Amino acid sequence: MTSPTISAAPPVGPGYALSAENEATLLAGVRKSNRNAALKVWALRAVIVAVWLGSWELTATYVIDPFFYSKPSLIWDRLIQWFSAGTQFGSVWENIGYTVLEATAGFAIGTVAGIVLGVLLGRSRYMAQVFSPFIKAANAVPRIVLAALFIIWFGFGISSKIATVVVLVFFAVFFNAFTGAREVDGNVVNNARILGASKRKILTSIVLPSATTWILSSLHTAFGFALIGAIVGEYAGAKHGMGMLIANAQGTFDSAGIYAGMIIVTVVALLAESLITTAENKLLKWRPSQVQNQIKGI
Amino acid sequence: MPGNKAPLIELKAATKRFPKNGGGIHTAIRDVNLSIAPGEFVAVVGPTGCGKSTTLSLISGLQPASEGETYVRGDRVTGIPAGVGYMFQADATLPWQTVLDNVASGPRYRGASKAEARAQAREWVQRVGLGKFEKYYPHQLSGGMRKRVALAQTLVNEPEIMLMDEPFSALDVQTRQLMQQELLRLWSGSDAAVVFVTHDLEEAIALADRVVIMTASPATIKAEFRVDLPRPRDVEEVRLTPEFLAIYRQVWDSLRDEVEQARATAGQPDAK
Repeated sequence: MTSPTISAAPPVGPGYALSAENEATLLAGVRKSNRNAALKVWALRAVIVAVWLGSWELTATYVIDPFFYSKPSLIWDRLIQWFSAGTQFGSVWENIGYTVLEATAGFAIGTVAGIVLGVLLGRSRYMAQVFSPFIKAANAVPRIVLAALFIIWFGFGISSKIATVVVLVFFAVFFNAFTGAREVDGNVVNNARILGASKRKILTSIVLPSATTWILSSLHTAFGFALIGAIVGEYAGAKHGMGMLIANAQGTFDSAGIYAGMIIVTVVALLAESLITTAENKLLKWRPSQVQNQIKGI
Repeated sequence: MPGNKAPLIELKAATKRFPKNGGGIHTAIRDVNLSIAPGEFVAVVGPTGCGKSTTLSLISGLQPASEGETYVRGDRVTGIPAGVGYMFQADATLPWQTVLDNVASGPRYRGASKAEARAQAREWVQRVGLGKFEKYYPHQLSGGMRKRVALAQTLVNEPEIMLMDEPFSALDVQTRQLMQQELLRLWSGSDAAVVFVTHDLEEAIALADRVVIMTASPATIKAEFRVDLPRPRDVEEVRLTPEFLAIYRQVWDSLRDEVEQARATAGQPDAK
């Protein structure tokens, strides 16, 4: 609703003018209260962070030993040092690059494998029945331990980390793709068959898109797993990467270094999360929640 | 419609049985004999849940008959026959596609290029009166508009046989009558045969050339009535004419027993 056109309209009568004015003030009021609400939320968030970091800094300075517990100012110094002078294992960007590379490569492979297998088993009752105990067992295995095994198999390079990421990501995506493919509306499939769709077309134009909602929602957790897999893989043994920096900080009793590594990984995870959310919103723009204006009547 | 044409659709002693969830067998339809001429509009009426939809799924080839045969154009139905359109009771539009792409999906599946399919679809979207809404997603439309999408989606393939399974039952009365009128308008411009399943006798008589009454479950054909009301019909006006009422009374006499019987058994677990 645009207010300029309302004010430009010729005065029809006192009643009309009054209601138009009320509408404009009402809308302005809504906007103002929305702004105030957002301001309040952010103010309280800032207070929480200040209290948390401030109390930590104070306790670590006067009460507890910062050698073990570190404190915000030390962590900050370590971050500055890493980004300006670099770490003792090359520039911090290079290490971030390795971790991100391992996480994304493993994420891509694990996601594709999860979708393909999930959709195939989701569409075939027989295959699902055959494989379900194996998949349940594989999912119950503490897969993170495989990182150690992969180092023996693939060495200290990035391939052992990618393998760890793949086994973590695969199951997160697989179960959602499986459910998504199974939940496809039978009516829609029958409709497509009548309209002339081949089996392949049903898979690509009906099953995959309907499973997309399920698959996309799994990608958020899956990328979290991908980073964990990469870090743990590096932690178990590597020449580069954030996990290796954290492991090294542990080895040298550098608690500030552990925190600094955690912060960098957290920022990477948040960036990835926002990328996935953007992609999700683009792919799912047909969803009801995305569009407010409904048209009623014929 | 003259009855002396070779039948387009023929059901011969068709029976369909389903295994029930708790074991046992449910017979949906039994010994159904029905033949439908090209271009004929046939309404199939029966009590709710009696197996009318099963008849359609046999004709469409979505399900095979347990016994008996189904023929379309003289050929035994083994898969989905060419030239069949099917409008389902529930919404079957793809929620992630716009109105235009939903309607274009039929030609796309049949191998048309994207541009070609869209051009065909655009024409039909306009014909069903959704020209302004071709870029909308189904959830943005009202129930009646979604039915129009489904109608266009079916008609864009120019079916020779249109199977309609209570397509308007979920709509409010005014919208339903509007859609019935739209259906008659679009059908009169084609030479398609329509098999229209409904439990609404008024709807059946207002639309069809012939009304087929099915018995309560297991369903079989009880009686057939010819509806000789002149076309083009106005579905709202025609209901008030004495001719309509005369036919209605006659058909209702036949249907009443079945409805009562269906009501009597509705409380039993066997009902569906």
